[in-house]
Amino acid sequence: MTTQVMDSKAGRLSLANIWIAFITFLLASLMGVYQVAERSGFFPQIEVIELYFRSVSSHGVIMGFVLTTFFIMGFGYWIARSTLHIPLWGGDKLGWLGFLISLGGTAMAAIMLFIGKASVMYTFYPPLMAHPVFYIGASLLVVGSWVWCLQMIMTMSSWKKQNPGSPVPLAMYAMTANSILWFITSLGVASEVLFQLIPWSLGWIDTIDVGLARTLFSWTLHAIVYFWLIPAYIAFYTLVPKAAGGALFSDEFSRIAILMLLVFSVPIGMHHLYVDPMQSDGWKFVHMIGTFMVAIPTLITGFTVIASMEVAGRLRGGKGLFGWIKALNWDNPMVLAGGLSLLMLTVGGWGGLVNAAYSMDVAVHNTQWITGHFHLIFAGTTVIMYFAIAYYMWPSLTGRPLYSIKMARLQLWLWFIGMLVLTLPWHILGLIGQPRRIGAPPYSEEFTAPWVPYETAMLVGGVILFISALLLIINLFFSHFQNKAVQRPVMEYAQPLHPVLKLPGLLNGFGFWTAVIAVYMVASYGYPIVQFFLMETHGTFPWSI
Amino acid sequence: MHVDGTEKKWVILSVAMAFAMVGILTAYAINHNIVPPSNVETIDSVSLHLSAEFAEDKLGLRQTEDGSLVVTMVAARYGFYPQDMKVPVGTPITFRIASADVLHGVHTAGTNMNTMVVPGYVSEITTTFPKTGKFPMFCNEYCGLGHDYMWSRLWVVPKDEIKLGDTL
Repeated sequence: MTTQVMDSKAGRLSLANIWIAFITFLLASLMGVYQVAERSGFFPQIEVIELYFRSVSSHGVIMGFVLTTFFIMGFGYWIARSTLHIPLWGGDKLGWLGFLISLGGTAMAAIMLFIGKASVMYTFYPPLMAHPVFYIGASLLVVGSWVWCLQMIMTMSSWKKQNPGSPVPLAMYAMTANSILWFITSLGVASEVLFQLIPWSLGWIDTIDVGLARTLFSWTLHAIVYFWLIPAYIAFYTLVPKAAGGALFSDEFSRIAILMLLVFSVPIGMHHLYVDPMQSDGWKFVHMIGTFMVAIPTLITGFTVIASMEVAGRLRGGKGLFGWIKALNWDNPMVLAGGLSLLMLTVGGWGGLVNAAYSMDVAVHNTQWITGHFHLIFAGTTVIMYFAIAYYMWPSLTGRPLYSIKMARLQLWLWFIGMLVLTLPWHILGLIGQPRRIGAPPYSEEFTAPWVPYETAMLVGGVILFISALLLIINLFFSHFQNKAVQRPVMEYAQPLHPVLKLPGLLNGFGFWTAVIAVYMVASYGYPIVQFFLMETHGTFPWSI
Repeated sequence: MHVDGTEKKWVILSVAMAFAMVGILTAYAINHNIVPPSNVETIDSVSLHLSAEFAEDKLGLRQTEDGSLVVTMVAARYGFYPQDMKVPVGTPITFRIASADVLHGVHTAGTNMNTMVVPGYVSEITTTFPKTGKFPMFCNEYCGLGHDYMWSRLWVVPKDEIKLGDTL
């Protein structure tokens, strides 16, 4: 059966998704360089504020919605094939339908962004109003990804029917968790767009309740980060230990961590609204407690991954307390990316504890600290694993060897260095008061003079990151379109140190957990949403940018 | 199910750390009475100029009947009104801010005076500035193409330099 699903056609759906992800990623990286140059204030000749906010909006939408959604769909399809060895539920045809819906939506949104009709940031920010085609396009991108969610869930479910009592392979289990997470969390933004933004932008309703819109968006805004992050965790659990020549320390605890992320991450979005006036401090406090609970699965993951790496290092002959670190094969892109990613997660996670704290957030809210934080956690920790996953999957997807491992190593190092050079100064800029989402503002020099050295660093970081992005595309392109064919290697996943023969149903399915999330969601978001229909509110008319 | 002894200890430690962090933050917030701006109060942003509180001649620093200080402000593209305000050092001050148009934010950089200003809602935040000096008040939420131009200054001055206007 393995050969049947690994034929040359099998990878096409995944490849199409991943190429869309990375081509748009390169474009958005170019925008990133332009933005740091403009923002630094060193090049007054390129300062066109209209273009800058067009670019910031496009960069955010592409990196946050397009790169992630397409990459995760492509990775998910490949995991389903290579772990379950059964055809996708609904077949590849249904997958292509979802792909085309998402692609069409992306194109609609992109056109509006590029012609400057949607410079409203990826967070939409009503009552600023974008062109209706932008909102409709963004919805279609999400609707297309729901097809993928359905295929992940149903494919896992049909495999379970064919293999009663067998544990679902961890990678597939976690990817299915991710599709459930994405479906539930996207309902918030979907409600905002379908019931508020689209009717309002088409003129069917006159005003919009911005408080309700922000609350619905916050429902999506935090768990979406875990939708992006879980694929990186899948690589931590199943690919990094394999590439290092070791085993997964604990399959069960990996599942527990994934389930905790699934349950804890959705009902906590209100920490994005700590300083918003339309929610009371009690609800904010409840969401803070929930936010800190996410530290638990994160810490468990850290343990499992490091323990798995230690197993590999000791198998390679590493001795002593830290000798195993040196013994690891750091020249392997997956191992290297895993190490660099964990370092960035440690620094970024620490910063996140500050934003997550109800009592400390006011010092950094909406400053450049926040931009530094999510670039480190998302663009650093998460996206560096997307690169490593792509390098790892590429030979099995394309039937061609990787063009240059050396270039891949250089690319990962540059991404890590560039990300630190970019984001550490951003944290400092935030602490000394620089707001996020500004261009090169005409504030009085007495306030901006201390910013200069950090803005210089940011510029250097941006350029390094763009070079790294280019190297990624060059390497993947030359790998894919070279003449040197190899026999498609089988995708290999790390096996647990202690083989899992039987699992409790709770660690092998999602029915119970989905019910838990539903109850938890109603408890934590029910009243905060219903309140808008109970009190007298005043809607806001649309404003152009 | 296989559970490693060290891993079990780590899980217990992780849970303990998460609860300890929440505990410390809660104790600190209660001790210092830190409450993020959360008054859940609605207002019609279209008619601020007609409201008893946010009409143009009512803006600025005032003393209420019980002696506490209130600053009434309007955020509108692209400025904070009144601009270049003076407030006394070492005194609790309550800012009440409404937006006349879109979403804004205000952060007095270098202090913990930081709130979103959402159209349709009144933001209220109480703080005490411990040091005198000139502070920038930045609009810290994207509000349109002129966002970069939206800022003003806040002067924190010794208490005897403040002459208060009418009481509310």
